[in-house]
Amino acid sequence: MSQRLINWFKFASPASFYPLAGKMWPWFAALGTALAAAGLWISFFVAPTDFQQGEGYRIIFIHVPASWMSMFIYCVMAFWAAIGITFNTRLSGMMSSALAPTGALFAFLSLWTGALWGKPMWGAWWVWDARLTSELILFFLYIGYIALTAAIDDPRRADKAGAIVALVGVVNVPIIYFSVKWWNTLHQGASVSMTKAPTMATTMLWGMLIMALAFWMYSIAIALYRVRAIILERERHATWVAELPEMQR
Amino acid sequence: MLSAHGLACDRGDRRLFSAVDLSVSPGEWLQVEGANGAGKTSLLRMLAGLSPAADGHIEWEGQPIGEARDDYHARLLYLGHAPAIKEDLSALENLQTAAAVAGRPLDEATAIAALRRIGLKGREDLPARVLSQGQKRRVALARLLCSQARLWILDEPFVALDVAAVTQLCGILDEHLARGGMLIFTSHQAVQLAGSGTTLKLSAATPPRAGAEAREVAA
Amino acid sequence: MNAFIAIVRRDLLLAARRKSEVFTALFFFMIVVSLFPLGIGPETAMLRRIAPGVLWVAALLAAMLSLNRLFAADHQDGTLEQMSLSPTPLAVLVSGKVLAHWLTAGLPLVLLAPVIGLQFDLSARALGVLMISLLLGTPVLSLVGAIGAALTLGVRGGGVLLSLLVLPLYIPALIFGAGAVEADVAGLGAGGHLSLLGALLALGVFFAPWAATAALRIALE
Repeated sequence: MSQRLINWFKFASPASFYPLAGKMWPWFAALGTALAAAGLWISFFVAPTDFQQGEGYRIIFIHVPASWMSMFIYCVMAFWAAIGITFNTRLSGMMSSALAPTGALFAFLSLWTGALWGKPMWGAWWVWDARLTSELILFFLYIGYIALTAAIDDPRRADKAGAIVALVGVVNVPIIYFSVKWWNTLHQGASVSMTKAPTMATTMLWGMLIMALAFWMYSIAIALYRVRAIILERERHATWVAELPEMQR
Repeated sequence: MLSAHGLACDRGDRRLFSAVDLSVSPGEWLQVEGANGAGKTSLLRMLAGLSPAADGHIEWEGQPIGEARDDYHARLLYLGHAPAIKEDLSALENLQTAAAVAGRPLDEATAIAALRRIGLKGREDLPARVLSQGQKRRVALARLLCSQARLWILDEPFVALDVAAVTQLCGILDEHLARGGMLIFTSHQAVQLAGSGTTLKLSAATPPRAGAEAREVAA
Repeated sequence: MNAFIAIVRRDLLLAARRKSEVFTALFFFMIVVSLFPLGIGPETAMLRRIAPGVLWVAALLAAMLSLNRLFAADHQDGTLEQMSLSPTPLAVLVSGKVLAHWLTAGLPLVLLAPVIGLQFDLSARALGVLMISLLLGTPVLSLVGAIGAALTLGVRGGGVLLSLLVLPLYIPALIFGAGAVEADVAGLGAGGHLSLLGALLALGVFFAPWAATAALRIALE
């Protein structure tokens, strides 16, 4: 048990995580590309045309996985924040800040595709649907995190402040979601829900799951890649960075 | 007794000082000296438990100050660079609030007596806004007169004080030391204090250039 | 406990010596609310419908105005250092500051709201519900705002950043607060909304001072 703990903390040091991340990210990137190709093939050529919504519905193969990822990545950020506060490990803060842009990207993608989907379905680019509204607020939370960490010069301080924002945010996300839903029912907003397409064929579900997996792999790959850049930037004065083979050239 | 071993301080990428050892026993004083930017204030803030040390550990009565935090802070009086004076409050209100926050509420008579002794007679009820720089320092220093703390950590206590006030402050510090108190302070001037004491000279641990080799020398 | 009272007393005293700041926020509240009829038109039925939302959004913005100063002055003059060196836990002292902030920035809004609500032709009953919702909701604004104020302490462009951080977190309070009045006007009963607002307040009282303290410690290092 203690052996395993020691091993985990070994990788918590930037110096040993840097090469590990370097070895891992191409694999995740390759896997992500393959899965995305398969997912897109299913969603465009295999999945049947929806008899109510026509071809336009196919955007949910991007929209739904993007929404899932945006929520999931926020939770992962909060997880790293909690680890960082508890164990005071440097790497956790770097992981959080490496994940934030990807999460914000997915939140934005989800909003954008939601609008594209909404225009033909509801006849409006934007409806104050509970899910869309919560997604918008989640996007604001990401922007708040990124803006705060960018405004603080000292990276250690920025990490800690960001960790508190992420934790406060993750406590609030369910409250916000619940309150928006409550607000939505009171005002009797849109009754069509995006994820409850009337007849969800099995192939559609498969397409969505594969796309979600592809987004997962992409997120992991890009987060690892970004964390390597962050490590280099912060540890540029450390001896181990100077000894890296890519620095010798 | 307060002791510290192997203290180090980083600012940004630069190590300000490293391997600083010190100890202060009852009745002893310690003067911290060093050029501007040598890390005097940083050292005092570390000793007060305000900021974490980059390396090394600090013990109060044999216990790390992080563990005995409440007990340590109940016995500590720290006066920093900023005098913690509210411009809109009177000298008396400032003193009473500061004492209450430090966990030792003062009644009005004691507070007024302290302000008079520090040379603010007749100015107890004036808002701090109208006091001069030196008078504001005196309001902050009046806390020393009412303090039961064993350890005083004072950052530049003599700044902005006139000759008479400097003499008076030395007297107050001597009394504290005679009672078995401990004192750590920074000052640019030579100060004559009773009791035994040492001077700690902070000098840059590294050349002011940031770089990999500089880090290695410091470590 | 003594230290808690001393902090509340000091902050109230400071507010009393700088009355203009309190009144500025109050007039800001009044002006923002008065802008809406000018922008939308004086039709009574419409005003009655938008009143709860407008009053709540204005209260939210007015409460935010004063958040910037919540810790900034104490940080600058060294008082915050002294507070963190107090034998009383910093979270308790922070609660004292939040209480004082609510008494000077939140409570006046609660008292002023019914007078302004008259401009929107709200019934006496709706005004009562509005007051209760603000009474429960404005402390939440102070509590959550304290976290944002502590996080942006000494940060470049802190004021705008503060609103960016805090406003999304204010949304539940806004929804339940304005919703309570709307539900009451619609004859649905405001009980559910008000209990949820109370639950938010309870959560805030327990967690916000702790989070704000953690953020202050980062700023102090």
